[in-house]
Amino acid sequence: MNAESRDRFVAEFRRVEAALPGAKVPWVVRARSLALARFADSGLPTLRDEDWKYTSLARIEKRAFRALPSGAPGSAAPPGLAAGLAFDGLPGHVIVFVDGRHVPALSHIGGLPAGVIVGSLADALERMPERLEAFLPDDTRHTVLGALNTAFMSDGAFVYVPRGVAVAEPIHWLFIATRQDAALHPRNLLVAEEGAQATVIEQHADLGSVACLTNAVTQIFASRGSVVEHCKLQRQSPEAIHLAGIHALQGQGSRFTSHSIAVGAALARHDITATLDAEGCEAELNGLYLAEGRQHVDHHTRIDHARAGGTSREHYRGVLDGASRGVFNGRVIVHPGAQRTDAHQANHNLLLSRDAEVDTKPQLEIYADDVKCTHGATVGQLDEAQLFYLRSRGLEEAAARSLLTHAFARDVIERIRASSLRAHVERLLLARLPGGAQVREPA
Amino acid sequence: MLEIRNLQASVEGKPILRGIDLEVKAGEVHAIMGPNGSGKSTLAQVLAGREGYEVTGGEVRYLGHDLLAMAPEVRAREGVFLAFQYPVEIPGVSNAYLLKAALNGVRRHRGLPELDAMDFLALVRQNMKRMGMADDMLYRSVNEGFSGGEKKRNEILQMSVLEPRLALLDETDSGLDIDALQVVADGINAMRGPERAVVMVTHYQRLLGHVVPDFVHVLSQGRIVRSGGRDLALELEERGYGWLDGAAAPQAGPPERAAP
Repeated sequence: MNAESRDRFVAEFRRVEAALPGAKVPWVVRARSLALARFADSGLPTLRDEDWKYTSLARIEKRAFRALPSGAPGSAAPPGLAAGLAFDGLPGHVIVFVDGRHVPALSHIGGLPAGVIVGSLADALERMPERLEAFLPDDTRHTVLGALNTAFMSDGAFVYVPRGVAVAEPIHWLFIATRQDAALHPRNLLVAEEGAQATVIEQHADLGSVACLTNAVTQIFASRGSVVEHCKLQRQSPEAIHLAGIHALQGQGSRFTSHSIAVGAALARHDITATLDAEGCEAELNGLYLAEGRQHVDHHTRIDHARAGGTSREHYRGVLDGASRGVFNGRVIVHPGAQRTDAHQANHNLLLSRDAEVDTKPQLEIYADDVKCTHGATVGQLDEAQLFYLRSRGLEEAAARSLLTHAFARDVIERIRASSLRAHVERLLLARLPGGAQVREPA
Repeated sequence: MLEIRNLQASVEGKPILRGIDLEVKAGEVHAIMGPNGSGKSTLAQVLAGREGYEVTGGEVRYLGHDLLAMAPEVRAREGVFLAFQYPVEIPGVSNAYLLKAALNGVRRHRGLPELDAMDFLALVRQNMKRMGMADDMLYRSVNEGFSGGEKKRNEILQMSVLEPRLALLDETDSGLDIDALQVVADGINAMRGPERAVVMVTHYQRLLGHVVPDFVHVLSQGRIVRSGGRDLALELEERGYGWLDGAAAPQAGPPERAAP
């Protein structure tokens, strides 16, 4: 453990704790202090931790990131700050956070069905903490970074969808970082009651190049029969550090879909988990990571089949250029009694340069006997036969390469159900791929 | 249109083509026959510019230019088209995309305006109808999940849309049932014209019953060992390729000059 970085975080906590939301709510104060103690016990993970074997947090240890003082909301944020990031033309609701604070002036919440809440978590902690108590302290994953987030959680989105209600349009949570050296700990909570339906987009982007630390946690409670789609877009600037946990707890017959599109940050680590905690759940985890230069992007996923009759599908793809490095670790655990589990996992990686690297590791742990589990992982280059075929039809070599790379990556984008969102993500992908601008779909 | 002189090529250091001489003029249809391993497909791949085939000697002129100096895409835009023996599957790229990118690439190269979406679709649909292909095929990924016959039809469709000057057909008849063979043959025959030339590489003479060649050449051990007219194909059908072995042996002297 690096004691110096640990002590720095603890000192920062002392400095800002009184100004954190919910400072007068006993259970919030208790949750924070327990979490801080847990973090202080172990400090930041190191390469010696099995889960962190390929991803070093030395960058965080070396740099003093400062927690932002509370009560300094981004109200100073100029109008139009979110322009271009908010997916203009995307129907639905946008709730914007600048440097970790909700900015109502930049947000647009349209008409919502009765009982639906789309708002700021900080605000909810002050005004209706009782609605959060059953969910927020529930840190089922007990990760160190999750504990750090609980200690510092400042603001984030709170979405509540009552029983049987479907929110038709996507709810877009947009996080924009503008301050150098800031440590941001966004915390999001999505509660879908029985039979509820919702689609959320969680986007993290920076204004210019910002060397900041984001340590985000999103908790999703998908009750019996609910349908939840969560689409994470991580496109922070090349100097940023992005750490994130996304944790879904599923009720009977619920359907949870997660998409993680990661194109940004110098260092990114995403821990995504789904716990199929009742019978007949369906979970789908999709991911696409694009890295270049010296970017490092890590996805650790974990699917717990805790009860019988669950289905899980996992499709992750990576495109790695330059001297970038990708990490994929996909754990699927079929617990005793989780009979008739049907799990499939695939991770495919495309290396565009000699210096790019990827570590991919599927981990199946099966403690039940009547199950169907498959997995597969590949690492490869563009297919020479496909390249020649395209060139023999008159496509320039560079264009043929872009086209094949794009086709490879699109497999993941096409799994996004919300069609309006899919089109926007597709455009992001094209903007990010080498030569992508030339690849447009003709009639 | 195409002049091949003493062309020699190796794959992974192993000589496959050992001195091919062939002249193809506009308006002609040539068939290149020969047993497996004789170098037929290698010849087609070398002419299309496939990497991994090392040209170790000789030259190829196409419309007076050095064909071997051109990148594969430049050859394509100059009007060379290879129908693959094993068309490649490209998941995630639709047939429509490929056809449009290819066609407009060729048109730009020739100084013609690009086709807009409407004109493009009209052109492609008309050709697909002739090839007996369903409309939805346009939006499916290139060759993905296609049967052998569908893949071959798709090659001929691409050829019809791109209207090459020189079409190289590599075992286009293999894997086709009799109906599909007729459709594919009709597609090739529709291509024939005074400005165009066709070179068909084939093991069997089956296709030649539907697309009658002006010249037939027999390839054996990397050389053309016999050239003749349509009758040569029938002779091969009757006698097989076995009798050629002696003719191709190195001591058999220089290969016969290709006709005409």
